[in-house]
Amino acid sequence: MLKTERRCAKVKARIKFRKYGVMRFIGHLDVMRYFQKAMRRAGIPIAFTGGYSPHMIMSFAQPLGVGVTSDGEYLDIELKEDIDPARAVRQLNDVMAEGMEVVGFNRIPDDKKSSGMTIVAAASYRVTLLVSARSANVTRTFPDSWEAKIEEFLNQKSIVVLKKTKRSEAEVDIKPMIYQMRMEDEGIYLFLAAGSEQNLKPDLVMRAFTEFIKEDPGRVPFHYHRIDMYARTPKGTEASGRFISLGKL
Amino acid sequence: MRKLALNDEILLKIEKPARYIGNEVNSVMKDPEKVDIRFAMCFPDVYEIGMSHLGIQILYDMFNRREDVWCERVYSPWVDLDQIMREEQIPLFALESQDPIRDFDFLGITIQYEMCYTNILQILDLSGIPLSARDRDDSVPIVIGGGPCASNPEPLAEFFDLFYIGDGETVYDQLLNAYKENRIAGGSRKDFLEKAAQIEGIYVPGFYEVTYKDDGTIASFTPVNPHAKQVIKKQMVKDLTHTYYPKAPVVPFIKVTQDRVVLEIQRGCIRGCRFCQAGMLYRPTRERDVETLKQYAYQMLKNTGHEEISLSSLSSSDYSQLKELVTFLIEEFKGSGINICLPSLRIDAFSLDVMGKVQDIRKSSLTFAPEAGSQRMRDVINKGLTEEMILDGAGQAFAGGWNKVKLYFMLGLPTETEEDMREIPRLADRIARRYYEIPKEERNGKCQITTSTSFFIPKPFTPFQWAKMYSNEEYIARAAVVKHEFQEQLNRKSLKYHWHDAEVTVLEGVFARGDRRLAEVILAAYRLGCLYDSWTENFDNEKWMKAFADTGTDIGFYNLRERDVGEIFPWDFIDIGVTKEFLYQEWQRALRGEVTPNCREKCSGCGAMRYKGGVCVEDREEVRQGEGTN
Repeated sequence: MLKTERRCAKVKARIKFRKYGVMRFIGHLDVMRYFQKAMRRAGIPIAFTGGYSPHMIMSFAQPLGVGVTSDGEYLDIELKEDIDPARAVRQLNDVMAEGMEVVGFNRIPDDKKSSGMTIVAAASYRVTLLVSARSANVTRTFPDSWEAKIEEFLNQKSIVVLKKTKRSEAEVDIKPMIYQMRMEDEGIYLFLAAGSEQNLKPDLVMRAFTEFIKEDPGRVPFHYHRIDMYARTPKGTEASGRFISLGKL
Repeated sequence: MRKLALNDEILLKIEKPARYIGNEVNSVMKDPEKVDIRFAMCFPDVYEIGMSHLGIQILYDMFNRREDVWCERVYSPWVDLDQIMREEQIPLFALESQDPIRDFDFLGITIQYEMCYTNILQILDLSGIPLSARDRDDSVPIVIGGGPCASNPEPLAEFFDLFYIGDGETVYDQLLNAYKENRIAGGSRKDFLEKAAQIEGIYVPGFYEVTYKDDGTIASFTPVNPHAKQVIKKQMVKDLTHTYYPKAPVVPFIKVTQDRVVLEIQRGCIRGCRFCQAGMLYRPTRERDVETLKQYAYQMLKNTGHEEISLSSLSSSDYSQLKELVTFLIEEFKGSGINICLPSLRIDAFSLDVMGKVQDIRKSSLTFAPEAGSQRMRDVINKGLTEEMILDGAGQAFAGGWNKVKLYFMLGLPTETEEDMREIPRLADRIARRYYEIPKEERNGKCQITTSTSFFIPKPFTPFQWAKMYSNEEYIARAAVVKHEFQEQLNRKSLKYHWHDAEVTVLEGVFARGDRRLAEVILAAYRLGCLYDSWTENFDNEKWMKAFADTGTDIGFYNLRERDVGEIFPWDFIDIGVTKEFLYQEWQRALRGEVTPNCREKCSGCGAMRYKGGVCVEDREEVRQGEGTN
């Protein structure tokens, strides 16, 4: 590890942000562009790659689907020089559009193991039931029977769905990727596998559930809200369970 | 939180919902209760195109500086949303407030190209504003047009209440004040239009009557309202430094065509190319102070966060402080990862040096716009560029490591012969030969010379406004001559050739020099479903041809005849400063192949001097040598 020690350690930071309101209609690629411009407006001393067209060293954790809101989005950046986290948050929030709020700016160690892109392992969601697909703000209460039905749904031996990717369609058993699913006061809580190894989107779970209870998907429109994203706790540290919020690493 | 005009179901179904939600950084929000005038500013094309237009950004900033005005933006809904809005009867709305356009005081539409005319009808239609100005009552916005195509507003006369002729920075305050006064006085729509007609530069088409001769040309063009002026004078900002400029332009969420900071370094062009409308309309050429531009660059990059900055002008190389500005931009911003774009530069030692600093030579290409292949033809169009300059420029570029060249030409120019057409491929080949003169071991593989031709369209207020155009078939035949000649060239494998669509050219030609009778055709085409005609995938020539046939309108009348010296043109009532006599004199010189010097070399007395601004009043001591252009 001599090589690593000799090298000048880079300053890296993990930014946590919320995405809500009309910003839910901005897709992932545009959110990336949005933050590139926001970094310049905020005067964050972000580092660049070399070459003829240098670009900011910035990587996002899991993309968020269009229409989905979130309280737990993350991006990692490399800094040219250190900056006070509280000041960075303030400077960024001064230049945000309504519907984007920076809620955390933490320095993270400079090693591949900590990179936000690769360590994401799970994500939590809250699913609300809407009166109509026309508005994500007008919700209705879930039928009482759904609590029992969720249990039945999870008690199946397997939950096979047709998963479409850009290249192919395949039948996949999503049951092992549903870590938790339960009815709460605010809606259905989902804790799902996420990241590059295994990834399960919440709408796929709810589609399978809707089919399971033989409801017409057109009549039960949902809104999805991501609560947070998690990594697995590092080996050897037997802290508080298997997952830890990316913001707490 | 703002309530959107479109519901979630629609927004999640259509392409790029970000086109319709507003909320962008630097967009202006105001309390509608606290303003007197609601102004909807429209670019009648899709968001990504409309958001790239500097003129609208200037006006948006200018209007919103007034506390009593809230200026918002509106663009054409893309075809997917267009259909939904018609089906569900959703009225067109402004991006900021999401309020219906119909409830605004003004709808301002910038008219940048002829092929957006059906989109203008779409905007009116979706807003619920009667298409014809004569059918509008006090409950709907005043519809005002501006921009380059407003220099011949006649084909659109039926659809607009007002046109603003010239630079937007000058009389809008007067117009808005007149509107407020009229409202306080309890005046009607017509009362306001009469007030507006008295403001210089404002044209109220409904106050004029046109009669025609048996041959279809105009017999008379007369004001029929006592407040209407005989002649409408083009508005011009004399001092481009001390005027409005948006230091914090709106930053779109989605990628738009012009996704960068734009510095307008000057307005107008000294060159006097005879086909170029902008070169005449924006006379005299006016420069913006270099120190002011440097400040703008700082402020605009900081306020937007853009990673690119571009200069804007008709011919950047003619900007007297170019070297200082470009050096400053490179030294100041290159290190912080800002790309610098230098469009419309003449290829010379200086431009090659700076381009080498701001772009990757291996990937980028150099652009020349000789516009015509033969020297004779270039003299006809007054393009002060010789073959020697082109070959020298290309030679220097090749020595500097470039190996890709783009060439732009026009076909169908006045007096063009087959020999002139054939000179286009031959010139491209001579450029390639220059490349292969470099020893093999010193050059960077093969060169790639890409040639594009468009078809020439005579525009109002140019020396070629008298010229005739050709038929669709003739244009295709001319492109075929060029294509055939390309196959004869020695270096044909290094040469590529593209040509523009001829069908659109024919229509652009009709509307560019059209009269108010064409409103019928535009309306018929729109009713047949024509929309987004500037988009190849949407353009439907058959529908357009049906619209001409159904209305009994002859394309030949507009395109295929050379106009007589005495003919009254539909746009003659507009005075752009440059006189019709000068334009006619230039037309005659063109036919004789005589070159006219540029404004810095020698004043040719075009008439723009009477504005007493820009190049017309430059200190003659500082006059530089004319260096030709590309």
